Amino acid sequence: MPELTVGQAINNALSRILKEYPNSFIAGEDIGIYGGAFGVTEGLLKTFGEERIKDTPIAEDAIAGLAVGAAMTDSKPIVEMQFSDFIVNAMDPIVNQAAKLHFMYGGAVNVPIVVRGASGAGTGAAAQHSQSLESWFCHVPGLKVVTPSNPQNAYDLLLHSFVDPNPVIFMEHKLIYKIKDNVVLNDIPSSSELLGKANIESKGNDITIVSYSNMVNVVKDAISSDELSGISIELIDLQTLSPMDMETVITSVSKTKKLLVCQEAPANSSVGSTVISNVVQSSTFSSLSSAPKLISGLHSPMPSAKHLETTVIPQKEDIVKVIKDMV
Amino acid sequence: MALIKDTQLELHRMMMLIRLFEEALEEMFSRGLLHGTMHLSIGQEATAAGACLALDKKDLITSTHRGHGHCLGKGAEPYKMFAELLGREDGYCRGRGGSMHIADLSNGNLGANGIVAGSLTISVGAALSFQLQKKENIVLCFFGDGAVNEGSFHEALNLASLWNLPVLFLCENNQYGMSMASEKAVAGESIASRGKSYGIESIQIDGNDVEAVYESVSTCKDEILSNKRPKFIEAVTYRYRGHSKSDRNLYRTSEEINFWKDEKDPIKRYIGKLLEQGITEVDLKKIDEEVKQTIRTSVKKALDSSLSPITNLEEDSYA
Ligand SMILES: Cc1ncc(C[n+]2csc(CCOP(=O)(O)OP(=O)(O)O)c2C)c(N)n1
Ligand SMILES: [Mg+2]
Repeated sequence: MPELTVGQAINNALSRILKEYPNSFIAGEDIGIYGGAFGVTEGLLKTFGEERIKDTPIAEDAIAGLAVGAAMTDSKPIVEMQFSDFIVNAMDPIVNQAAKLHFMYGGAVNVPIVVRGASGAGTGAAAQHSQSLESWFCHVPGLKVVTPSNPQNAYDLLLHSFVDPNPVIFMEHKLIYKIKDNVVLNDIPSSSELLGKANIESKGNDITIVSYSNMVNVVKDAISSDELSGISIELIDLQTLSPMDMETVITSVSKTKKLLVCQEAPANSSVGSTVISNVVQSSTFSSLSSAPKLISGLHSPMPSAKHLETTVIPQKEDIVKVIKDMV
Repeated sequence: MALIKDTQLELHRMMMLIRLFEEALEEMFSRGLLHGTMHLSIGQEATAAGACLALDKKDLITSTHRGHGHCLGKGAEPYKMFAELLGREDGYCRGRGGSMHIADLSNGNLGANGIVAGSLTISVGAALSFQLQKKENIVLCFFGDGAVNEGSFHEALNLASLWNLPVLFLCENNQYGMSMASEKAVAGESIASRGKSYGIESIQIDGNDVEAVYESVSTCKDEILSNKRPKFIEAVTYRYRGHSKSDRNLYRTSEEINFWKDEKDPIKRYIGKLLEQGITEVDLKKIDEEVKQTIRTSVKKALDSSLSPITNLEEDSYA
């Protein structure tokens, strides 16, 4: 079982896909000799050649659009948005085309594409390179949205996203790339059963914390702090944001009677507000012992300066404080 | 057209200011004083200096992620730029924008932009304002060779031409968009030919010849205002440093980089030319010392200034 960073785990998954699916290819900016802005595609050009590792000009609209056309004609594209912020330049192919064609054409076509991109803040990359736009895509019927948080689920979720017959937006938080752990290099599955399944990171009885992406790691850090010793916390990593595994969340909340959601993205119309809305509308709502709470990023573009950036993003200390208040 | 001595010295001074400003940033970065990354224009100073000094204060520019030179060229204070990169209250954007997003409206800089080709259509809108408001100024839109493959580049050129807008598109062709050689990324004859295909008069110039840049931009500006047509310049230049701080330069050879440094450096070349024309080493040394002093005092002042407050970030997201 190799020890891999998230970047290497994704690289392994891509490599495996390219090896086993001759109709697969990847496309994106600087994914060839440069190896991708975050090193994720390193070495793939050498192994698979220019025909399948398509280094593109800077043209996100075309990158996503070509994926749609290729997928409609029996190719299996995985494309990269260098920073997921640039996905806004590719909204038409993703939102108006990929998401809708299967339904709109009465099931006549499938658009099995994976659009990967580096999301999130924490590197001082400022307002146009630090966003967490995942909830935009959750809003669109027809798209699946996946957010890994560690090497193993990055590897597995990418394989499952690849075999899913739908367009998948796969958001990789920049701060997870260097996280290292042992990874079981599972085979490519025949179906995408992992999508839509949350993972219970740790079991507990006093409070349920729901999170996703890198914030799962921040929460883990928070709950290991001495200040919280004696509190039994159930931590759920959603992994897939759309469709969302509410069953796991509601089962947990029914047991703990308390719900805290932690995310880096701002709160308005977000993943966290959807989780809470679903719990409030469920029969378990009446058994809650306190109001559900959402810890989110501030409603502000990401500032560049470090001290401002950490003000906007929820920190470990913020989470510890809220847990103490709630339990 | 021979430039007067004062203009020549000013061009030299500006190139030195840009270079030393960015070298100071590199030094600060290596000392761990800067958060995030940055895109340095070392080697490309002639384009920024020549183009900006050919404009007047009321002409506008839009800039790119590699925008320190444009910003200084348009008259920004180094102190406030250092302060911005250091997250200080006195920074141009109060530490919220950083290296990639400095705007300096007081000097006609509508802002650097982290989105490749993000400012092309913005420059068209600003030029439309000038046209509607009957102002005799132009908008100079800086962008890289990488930007010409984005759809918005084409939308911007088409509109500027259709509507006869006072905009000068200036492509800084440093021959790479990150790791992608423009040769491999740009179909067709050349970048300048893309301007022509939209009916815009387009020229290619040596972007490392500061006087050529200055004179081309001056002439283009006059023609834009008299003929009421946009113009397009492709300035060929070269970036010495990596694309950003994490670049390992795997896509080009050190011979290539050294060739440009040794044979084509815009500052070295210009010093040679000025000395031939009778400007003395003493004249140049005096300028260089002044610039060094400016950089030194600006860095110190910025490091001593107070951090930007963490309050009002949400409130300030709206006007
Ligand atoms: C829309 C968009 N796509 C991709 C990027 C990532 N990126 C930033 S600069 C750059 C290369 C730009 O090349 P060019 O326009 O030639 O400018 P240069 O860096 O050479 O000055 C890339 C790919 C971005 N910032 N915005
Ligand atoms: Mg370039």
